[in-house]
Amino acid sequence: MERTDTYERHHLKATELRLGLPGTDEPQKQSPATASIKSNKRALPESAKDCSSNNNSCASDVKDGDCACAPSSKAQVVGWPPVRSYRKNCFQQKKNEPDVSGMYIKVSMDGAPYLRKIDLKVYKSYPELLTALENMFRFTIGEYSEKEGYNGSEYVPTYEDKDSDWMLVGDVPWDMFTSSCKRLRIMKGSEARGLGCV
Amino acid sequence: MAHSFPEEVLEHVFSFIDSDKDRNAVSLVCKSWYEIERWCRRKIFIGNCYAVTPRIMIRRFPELRSVSLKGKPHFADFDLVPEGWGGYVDPWVSAMGRAYPLLEELRLKRMVVSDDTLEMVSKSFKNFKVLVLSSCEGFTTDGLASIAANCRNLRELDLRESDVEDLGGNWLSCFPESCTSLVSLNISCLGSEWSLRNLSALERLVGRSPNLRRLRMNRAVPLDKLANLLRRAPYLVELGTGAFSSELHPDVFSNLSGAFSGCKELRALSGFWDVVPAYLPAVYTICSGLTSLNLSYAAVQSSDLVKLITQCQNLQRLWVLDYIEDSGLEALAESCKNLQELRVFPSDPFAAEPNVTLTEQGLVAVSEGCPKLESVLYFCRQFTNDALFTIAKNRPSLTRFRLCIIEPRTPDYITLEPLDAGFGAIVQNCKELRRLSLSGLLTDRVFEHIGTHAKKLEMLSIAFAGDGDLGLHHVLSGCESLRKLEIRDCPFGDKALLANAAKLETMRSLWMSSCSVSFEACKLLGQKMPRLNVEVIDERGPPDSRPESCPVNTVYIYRSIAGPRLDMPAFVWTMDEELALRLS
Repeated sequence: MERTDTYERHHLKATELRLGLPGTDEPQKQSPATASIKSNKRALPESAKDCSSNNNSCASDVKDGDCACAPSSKAQVVGWPPVRSYRKNCFQQKKNEPDVSGMYIKVSMDGAPYLRKIDLKVYKSYPELLTALENMFRFTIGEYSEKEGYNGSEYVPTYEDKDSDWMLVGDVPWDMFTSSCKRLRIMKGSEARGLGCV
Repeated sequence: MAHSFPEEVLEHVFSFIDSDKDRNAVSLVCKSWYEIERWCRRKIFIGNCYAVTPRIMIRRFPELRSVSLKGKPHFADFDLVPEGWGGYVDPWVSAMGRAYPLLEELRLKRMVVSDDTLEMVSKSFKNFKVLVLSSCEGFTTDGLASIAANCRNLRELDLRESDVEDLGGNWLSCFPESCTSLVSLNISCLGSEWSLRNLSALERLVGRSPNLRRLRMNRAVPLDKLANLLRRAPYLVELGTGAFSSELHPDVFSNLSGAFSGCKELRALSGFWDVVPAYLPAVYTICSGLTSLNLSYAAVQSSDLVKLITQCQNLQRLWVLDYIEDSGLEALAESCKNLQELRVFPSDPFAAEPNVTLTEQGLVAVSEGCPKLESVLYFCRQFTNDALFTIAKNRPSLTRFRLCIIEPRTPDYITLEPLDAGFGAIVQNCKELRRLSLSGLLTDRVFEHIGTHAKKLEMLSIAFAGDGDLGLHHVLSGCESLRKLEIRDCPFGDKALLANAAKLETMRSLWMSSCSVSFEACKLLGQKMPRLNVEVIDERGPPDSRPESCPVNTVYIYRSIAGPRLDMPAFVWTMDEELALRLS
């Protein structure tokens, strides 16, 4: 069908690999009906990587495109391969590992002669952080309960937030905590009792 | 004419008839059976929320207790349906709130649900028991708080794969202390950044739910907490862990291992985010009882996966990443002779080169070794016709076969031919095939095979395939049982569509995006077929601002007795002439 051929020619032209720089014109190739059968070669690894880091912009380019628009890099097509987005996010997490700067904060403990420093980025959840603190300063933190804070412990973990208020560790979502925590203080029980019972 | 039995007796007999198909058949026997049946139907499944209206449903079935609805088409899962397209459940819940005060169950898939709707659900139905939101969106944890707080007899809350906005509150603590009715809780789709408050609330909830049998947690629940949770719920049948990683500590391991061995009823395991392989052996004691294992988030090497899987001799369902590789699948084929369903997901779908050795060999091995295999979803990077022949020959019992060769239009990598013959063998041998997804290099010939042989096929997914209209024509004219057809990026056009217009009324829906269907043809179809809703989805602006022969971006066609819908966004055009005139 003629209509189909024109349509295909548009798309194929934009997606075929060229030997020239992008943007330069190639002599028009004759594309017979069999053009659709020609298997498109893989994009070069560089362009694949570029596109995968700009995942969203590639996808939106395609969506907003008009009749003649086609993905500029062959590597990313909207919705292909057919993998749900929550599966994709899973693995990008692993890849984002090379993040050089740590998030070092001071940790003080009542009665200890000197302070320590820890990198908050190393921990992914409260239990991990609390265990590390317990090991570092050799003490135990009690069970966290919403009403009573840290039950039955001599020490209570607190932190200074962006507003310079002293807060009980554990009340807010982990990422909110790591982004607002300026320093940690392991407070002795007697002082902490007021803080723990909200 | 006198009845052979009084109404009450017929009603009693009908109460044993559960399947929708049978119920529908009963209602067609005669007028009085229709009447009796509609008053005693308690459960309904509506596969397309726009095929019928709430009013029509309520008018016919005044005493429903359980309603299931589906909204957006399947390709919405892959971002092919623009935001705002539709699928709102609110009008349904409003109407049901008035008509079905005794409603107990609501199951929604791919629908847009708001917090207000959830609040309405929690307050309208005094005996509400089951809420399943599958791949839904539009609500936040505030909406969940309403459900938790107000549904006194809640048995099941399942948010599988929904997109929930986490507002950071503590909705789990909104379950009253008196609520002990929970049987099933699936919050695996929720966030990975919980506060200790949230964790504490979950522990307390689990602790006071003696009937809890299915618990699927989210990534935020750390491994250190898992042992305690398991000890509070030793009768669990299904468990979804949270993050499966922790500083390596012998205490944590032995605690966990002990907790797992106390859960003797466990049959299904999932979760396993961020797996540290050294912790996997903690589950070994319950492996022999497992029938379902979902390791599709476990980014670990084949050897670790194999050690675990080979312990699960009674496994019926396995979902796994392609890290398992061909060698792992060969081990699976040796050990798990009861396997019925296999899904292999790609660990790095956008990598230019394969990152693992997962090829057609793996699937062939499983087809050889697992006599009960009937359902396959397989992502890989290469295939051959020979492999497909072998699979078809080994497993004529296949009912679902979805093969995704990651690169579009990839030929048989040995012969460089299209995969027509291979898929042809599948449809020819697997006579009970109900669902098929194609990929690789395919010409119209594969569609000829499908039209000729796939007589039980109900759902077909096609992408980057075919030569022209003939392909589509083969499918529409040959596949007698076809209900759902979804096509993207194929050179199918007007001719096949218009020639098979009547067929479309026998199907639930047809989706065609980035094909060669013209606006002209859509209009014609809409005009000729009043019981079809023909919707053009195009974000480039009104279809009539381009030449009529210019292909539309997407056309979505579905049968409906509700007429065109009135909640369409600006980028959706209905081909209903009357409505278009009214709105213009």
